[in-house]
Amino acid sequence: MTTTTTGEATAQRRRPRLRLGALGPLLALLLLMILGASLNGNFLTIANMANIVARASFIGIIAIGATFVITSGGIDLSVGSLAAFTAGMIIIIINSLVGPLGPGWSSVGIGILAGLAIGLVGGGANGALVTIGRIEPFIVTLGTLGIFRALITFLANGGTLNLNFQASDTYSPLYSGNVLGIPLPIVIFAVVAIIAELALRRTTFGRHIAAIGSNEQVARYSAIKVDRVRLMTYVLQGLLVGVAAALYVPKFGSANSSTAVLWELQAIAAVIIGGTTLRGGFGRIWGTVVGVIILELIGNILNLQNLISPYLNQAFQGAIIIVAVLLQRSRKTTN
Amino acid sequence: MSGPDGTAVPPILAANRISKSFGEIPVLFSIDFDVRPGEVHAIIGENGAGKSTLMKILSGFEQPTSGTITYDGRAVTLPPNGEAEALGIVLIHQELNLAEHLRVVDSIFLGRELKRFGLLDGRQMRDKARELLETLHVGIDPNARIDSLTVADRQMVEIAKAISRDARVLIMDEPTAVLSLAETETLFEQIKRLTARGVAIIFISHKLDEVMRISDRVTVLRDGQLIATVDARALTPDSAAQMMVGRELHNLYPPKHEPDVDAPAVLSVGHLSARGVDDVSFELRKGEILGFAGLVGSGRTAVAEAVVGLTHRSGGEIKVNGRAVHFANVAQSLAAGIAYMTNLTLLTLQRHLRGPFLDTASEARALERATRRFDIRARDASVRVGQLSGGNQQKLMLGKTMESEPDIIIMDEPTRGIDVGTKQQIYHIIAALAAEGKSIIVISSELQEVIGLSHRVMVMRFGRIVGELVGDQITEEQIVRHQMGIEGKAA
Repeated sequence: MTTTTTGEATAQRRRPRLRLGALGPLLALLLLMILGASLNGNFLTIANMANIVARASFIGIIAIGATFVITSGGIDLSVGSLAAFTAGMIIIIINSLVGPLGPGWSSVGIGILAGLAIGLVGGGANGALVTIGRIEPFIVTLGTLGIFRALITFLANGGTLNLNFQASDTYSPLYSGNVLGIPLPIVIFAVVAIIAELALRRTTFGRHIAAIGSNEQVARYSAIKVDRVRLMTYVLQGLLVGVAAALYVPKFGSANSSTAVLWELQAIAAVIIGGTTLRGGFGRIWGTVVGVIILELIGNILNLQNLISPYLNQAFQGAIIIVAVLLQRSRKTTN
Repeated sequence: MSGPDGTAVPPILAANRISKSFGEIPVLFSIDFDVRPGEVHAIIGENGAGKSTLMKILSGFEQPTSGTITYDGRAVTLPPNGEAEALGIVLIHQELNLAEHLRVVDSIFLGRELKRFGLLDGRQMRDKARELLETLHVGIDPNARIDSLTVADRQMVEIAKAISRDARVLIMDEPTAVLSLAETETLFEQIKRLTARGVAIIFISHKLDEVMRISDRVTVLRDGQLIATVDARALTPDSAAQMMVGRELHNLYPPKHEPDVDAPAVLSVGHLSARGVDDVSFELRKGEILGFAGLVGSGRTAVAEAVVGLTHRSGGEIKVNGRAVHFANVAQSLAAGIAYMTNLTLLTLQRHLRGPFLDTASEARALERATRRFDIRARDASVRVGQLSGGNQQKLMLGKTMESEPDIIIMDEPTRGIDVGTKQQIYHIIAALAAEGKSIIVISSELQEVIGLSHRVMVMRFGRIVGELVGDQITEEQIVRHQMGIEGKAA
């Protein structure tokens, strides 16, 4: 095997790099924790940490969906708008049910189920346009980003939709409640993450997503139903947007045109920080979870100090996406 | 299991009068072909003879335009996209067909994953993959990612994947092109093992010695036609080469005007080395058309790219008009009077020339000049390049190239995918340019083209020049013998 010597050398050089790539997000997380702790003694308390993870849960659940979409080589820019629209619809539906059904769990339950269904259909529309319509996902979801954002503004008539007060009392424990002392949003976030990690790593669905993102022709030639798998990633993304919206409503009790603005930026940033390849082919859910927490920590730390304005938070997020993709690319070209 | 004449064993897979056209271009004409259980049936032919297309039809990746496929004695329509694997027909594609981000084990089982309780059974797949790779005597780690493997290892993974499919018919499209001798031996052992189990093998290769060694029967294709199916033992290198080429030159080509014997060398390349180029030396004289022949991947394009500065030169020297040069990019080589024209450039052209041409007067003049000179047929100047026919695009490309008034023009596959009429025009343009004193290098996979145009021909194999043919030596047979390694310097 004389001809393979050069290739083996590159293979050996490659391995430590990959491991560094795997540890990168965890290292960043550790550094941020140290930085936060040095700025404020209360930073590392369980209460503050739980608060951070709970707040990260909306974006986190959406970013988990985005991990599937991006691993398959797609992108969904419409998640923030869809979340706002879905939250608005949940509020409208619950409010209209309070009359006939009362403010109890039957109204709230129907509202939640409707929200999940709306998210699912919205994601399905994106997926159908991408697969059946054969339009670039960037364009499709840029279009629906505008459409969903306009719909929530229209539904709220330019103002704010408020959840019925009594229904709000029924609904709010879903956000503020806890299981065995663990806040409910964290529990839901964790359950979604575990199922997703299992689906991406241990099912044919997940394997096929990675294959499609890596090389669509190979996937097609391996008798994988490429369009169906693609469509399913957007449906799943939509469903998870629905879950996030159903968690958002009990926390804030309202929705308007500035709800969930730029969540797509945060979701995509979290996915990329976590080590998922932007061009598809490789994704990891735990990385995304770490990525979301990193973003939330940065926001939290910005609030703890006076040197940099917290208003610059999203500039950090934007810069992180760009730097992370640059790092991904340089890793590729050096090999 | 099959006798030499094989009459006792009926074929398992057969093509009956298969024809195929892509759009208006016919690529296969009424081909009859069959393979019997336990047999190795090789297909040989030049580039573009239709071998790969026939294989894709026999495995369902392409549907024939007419004709039928018989499988197990019954007429069938094979399902697309590799679904024929479920029927036992497996194709190893010529272009490697693995997803780079996946691990070896995932690639082997892609689309057919083993499951346990609804989840992937990673351990079982890993064990089976390891076992498979061990039977192939390759030390590939099932957990390695595909993009960390060498091309040869990837090929072995493809072969492992194909074997794991429990194929009844295994089609291999040039599997040995990237393998070392030892790896090729291992592959042949596996082929013997499979045929002993009754698997039918269809084997495409450009290496005649291999074909003669492992096949039972050999089918020769040329220009989409079936030339002959013969017993491999009756085949000699000479008869094979003759069947693969043997046809008459027609009137497509302009008469050759040999350059003056004392014409100066405008380009001299000495001991050039680069990626895919190994110690290549040649000279190009003023007014000469120098042909570069060789199989795809033999290094012809790599030489051109290294000369014009598209790829990095690792050794050797290049002189233009006696002056040593080192181009860092194409712009520099263009400034020195060397233009490189490749089919791919069309894509960039399309980008730059979209819509009405930027309406400066000089550009319009240049366009008109080119249109007249090269007979480009467009409705009007505002037509998009992409809407022109392939031939007209190529002529426009020539026009664009000539605008920079180069002295040396390197053309890579100048007539690929172009109809015969336009080809003839382009050949006359090339001859006229040479007569004007331009020096031209023509790289082509079409032997006829190289022969019909060139004053001199370099034949490449494995990145080296293995033969230089002049005058009467420039025949298809000579070129084929050199590019397949039957004759010439050892490669």
